[in-house]
Amino acid sequence: MDLQTLSEIAKTNQWSAIYPEVMLGVLALGLLVLELLFPKRWHTLIPRIAVLVQIGLLAGLVTCGSCSAFYGKELFGGLLLQGSSTQVFRIFFLLTSILVCYLGMVALKKQSLPRIEFFHIVLVITGAMMLLVQSNHFVMLFVALETITVGFYILVSYFRKNPLTLEAGLKYLILGGLSSAILLFGIALLYGAAGNPALIGSTAQSMNFPSLLTFLQNNPDNVVAIAGMLLVISGIAFKIGAVPFQIWIPDVYQGAPTPITAFLAVGSKAAGFGILLVLIDRVFVPLTSILLPLLAVMTAATILFGNLTALNQRNTKRLMGLSGISHAGYLLLGVVASVSIPWAEGAVLFYLFTYLLAAMAVFAVMTHLASPEDSDLEIDHFADLAKQRPFLGVILAIGIGSMAGVPPLAGFIGKLLLFIAAFQAELYWLLGIAIVGVVLSIYYYFGWIKAAFFDSWKTPGQEAAPTPTAFPRITFYGKLTMIGLAVATVVLGFFQGPVTDWLISR
Amino acid sequence: MNDINAILLFAAIGCPLLCAVFLFAGKSLGNSLVKGIAFVGFLAPAVISFWLWTQYAPEIPGGYDFISKTSTGLQSFGIVLHLGLNGVSLPLFILAGVVGLAAGFYAMNSKAERLSQYLLLLLVMQAGLMGVFASVDVFFFYFFHELALIPTFIMIGVWGGRDRHFAAMKVTIYLTLGAMLSLAGLIVLYVKSGATSFDLLTLREILAAQPLSEIAQRNVFALLLFGFGILVSLWPFHTWAPLGYGAAPSSAAMLHAGVLKKFGLYGLIQIGLPLLPSGGKELAPLLAWLALGNVVIIGLITLVQRDLKQMLGYSSVMHMGYCFLGVACVSLIGSSGVVILMVAHGLTVALLFMLATCIYHRSQTFDMLEIGGLVKKTPVLAAFFSFAILASIGTPGPGLANFWGEFTIFLAVWDFRSWMVVPAVLGVILSAVYGLRAIGRIFFGGPTESFRERLDSDIQDMSWNERIPALLLIVVLLIVGIWPRLVSDNVNAALQPEFTQIEQVVSLSEQSSEE
Repeated sequence: MDLQTLSEIAKTNQWSAIYPEVMLGVLALGLLVLELLFPKRWHTLIPRIAVLVQIGLLAGLVTCGSCSAFYGKELFGGLLLQGSSTQVFRIFFLLTSILVCYLGMVALKKQSLPRIEFFHIVLVITGAMMLLVQSNHFVMLFVALETITVGFYILVSYFRKNPLTLEAGLKYLILGGLSSAILLFGIALLYGAAGNPALIGSTAQSMNFPSLLTFLQNNPDNVVAIAGMLLVISGIAFKIGAVPFQIWIPDVYQGAPTPITAFLAVGSKAAGFGILLVLIDRVFVPLTSILLPLLAVMTAATILFGNLTALNQRNTKRLMGLSGISHAGYLLLGVVASVSIPWAEGAVLFYLFTYLLAAMAVFAVMTHLASPEDSDLEIDHFADLAKQRPFLGVILAIGIGSMAGVPPLAGFIGKLLLFIAAFQAELYWLLGIAIVGVVLSIYYYFGWIKAAFFDSWKTPGQEAAPTPTAFPRITFYGKLTMIGLAVATVVLGFFQGPVTDWLISR
Repeated sequence: MNDINAILLFAAIGCPLLCAVFLFAGKSLGNSLVKGIAFVGFLAPAVISFWLWTQYAPEIPGGYDFISKTSTGLQSFGIVLHLGLNGVSLPLFILAGVVGLAAGFYAMNSKAERLSQYLLLLLVMQAGLMGVFASVDVFFFYFFHELALIPTFIMIGVWGGRDRHFAAMKVTIYLTLGAMLSLAGLIVLYVKSGATSFDLLTLREILAAQPLSEIAQRNVFALLLFGFGILVSLWPFHTWAPLGYGAAPSSAAMLHAGVLKKFGLYGLIQIGLPLLPSGGKELAPLLAWLALGNVVIIGLITLVQRDLKQMLGYSSVMHMGYCFLGVACVSLIGSSGVVILMVAHGLTVALLFMLATCIYHRSQTFDMLEIGGLVKKTPVLAAFFSFAILASIGTPGPGLANFWGEFTIFLAVWDFRSWMVVPAVLGVILSAVYGLRAIGRIFFGGPTESFRERLDSDIQDMSWNERIPALLLIVVLLIVGIWPRLVSDNVNAALQPEFTQIEQVVSLSEQSSEE
């Protein structure tokens, strides 16, 4: 490689384009330094600093006018590519991270564990997620994805005194490792196929997405490449929890600390969908005739599996996991539709945002109600919540209602947009399954609401079940956060205003 | 002037919602303040609906008036909050206002636990009801229906009577299924028509110019029919209704059975038939058979009910059969008969559910075999109840609007399938039997051993808190009964052009199929 190429590559190193990620990395390290510098009684300040800086970064990203200057240009020698949808995803991940940090502050109060590392790892994962959706190269994709996964290995087993948590950590480690291996094998096959000089369109840059696309356009029936594509999609299906790669979800969701369950449910899933959209949109386009039927079958199986297994679930963390599988199914429906209907990508983004708001509201309530044991959040623990803690009850109802897709909440509009997109893409049988799924989901969401709101029928003489633990007081900022989530969910149901413009008609 | 009326129409939806927000925000308000706020929220829509009735003067007879459009952010999908009233929706809009006021007033003076939250949910429901009939946009038509439906589930689950948990669950799942099917039907309609808008008027124009293929029409109409059918308790999808109404608190049952249930029929008349004429024609025989199932089978089931509220629930399912029969005729007379019957039945059934609760407060049981001889203590209640039952039977007589609705529907059925009039009339006899027997058992006849003691205790006749809402419903029912043209003229004017068009389309397609 001569000097000229190097200098050209160096010119594409636009560090300012990824300043939020860089800042997150610096902040993550800074937290550890602060822990060393600060006296012990100031340590509670450190997570607050993390949240404050992230809010600043979020504000910077939302108002960033000059960011669009980088759209569509390959950065860092073709490693990264930004666009309007990557911008949406970065905002999404920052928002998720802020909320997870807040939940972490609440949850860690009940534990005697090292604290600062928790926030450190959350920040690192968030940075990696933001880079993942911008990746334009399989090396970038793999490194970012592994950073996320390795971070989660630690976080899932963070409450290390609880055996269920350790079990969850081990399961996530083994299955995560397996999925990384599958993904890597797929990447290697694609690399090998595209780098074969005997084929037309072969390229030396065979991990670069545009070069790979050119190769695939010339060889749409190359068996090795197709096998590679299937393996890559499988690796990502593990992240989003699509059938048949969903098997880890209930155990891991139950064992993981509740804030991390929220992070997995919202952040990790969205990251998987972000990269799936990139790959389907920009790389595997020539292979859609093989990919689409496969994704369609996965969608149907995912929706049905998630909803059917959730029907009799009594543990709310497992319930969130299983219902999360069904939400992944609805999102996959949008992904399938997005192949023929371009705006469906926006519908997927909208749905992700509504899911973020609703799921975070529910997880916030769960985090507040969790005992130090944390993994035993049965539905019965919510009994009479509305009477004892009306505030948490209302937040929970709004969150669950939105996840069930009940109008006038935001989740309904999210589902409506996905369904319209699917109708336009003429996916009638998938829609039929999705509708069955929605009706099934009413059953278990309703059961939860019932436990929280409707007085449980007590026969005379039978005393009320003892309330699990004394509730911790909710801080002012906690109330503010939850009210914000709930109000956003309600308002987005009535008035979408500029949000649809921002997400859909980008 | 027209602008003010359009704003008023908007206010009829916004005012109850705003009052609900006040109740939500002010948790520790005094009891009388809570009632005051709620009363404003119930009164405003009723007053506005009557005012708009006097102001209704559309450019085309029966067409839309008081039109306003507000964008909520989904305009890129052709979804805009488009409000207006036409000849068909105006009577139902008034019905929603009147029944809402009666139900709200009754609820305010009931001794429900957590009254503020109960009223809050009723207000949200009221806002949804006003919105359903004021929406010209098909999406918002559905949206407002759901807005009104959700509080029903919660009210059944929290304030309901016996079996409320099971009932709430069953009603929720059934109605969600129905709502999802009709939503799917509405979205298919939007996508298939190629329209860029959910606006009913735009959809009508586009589909009049380019109707869908017959197969598509049949499939979409089937989706709408079964979706709406489940919501309106079409046989054999009716099982949620008696159970739900039996468990629901009275005000919720009044609003749901009286008004919200009419959503599906209204949808079939306003959206289904005009947009999918040949689909409607093709499925009409099937619908007619199912409707006869409602009339005859449910009629017989009603006969054997002992529980008063269950009986009312079944009888309301049965009367929906007449409405479906009218829709199945796909004719002008049939559909206008359905609108009159919907208004009349809405008022009657709301009155009956309210009076049933009044009886319960005095007898402490809904079992009709246990009650007896109540007339001695409560003559006024007996008079009101007898009036309501006679109205609901459809007794021919001046001042009973149900008769006009059923009579018109029978006329239409005669043109459609003459023999079907026989089972339909048989249904009237059935309802006379169970209706009169209910009056006889509750108010007349000797009290049973167990009930005699209670009867001797201190039982009061209806208080004014109970009489006012009952009188309100009765007066409106009498007005419609004595002068049905107040309703029917507008309905006919609105439906006339539609059905001329439907006849043309259908006869054209019949000709082409013969060729």
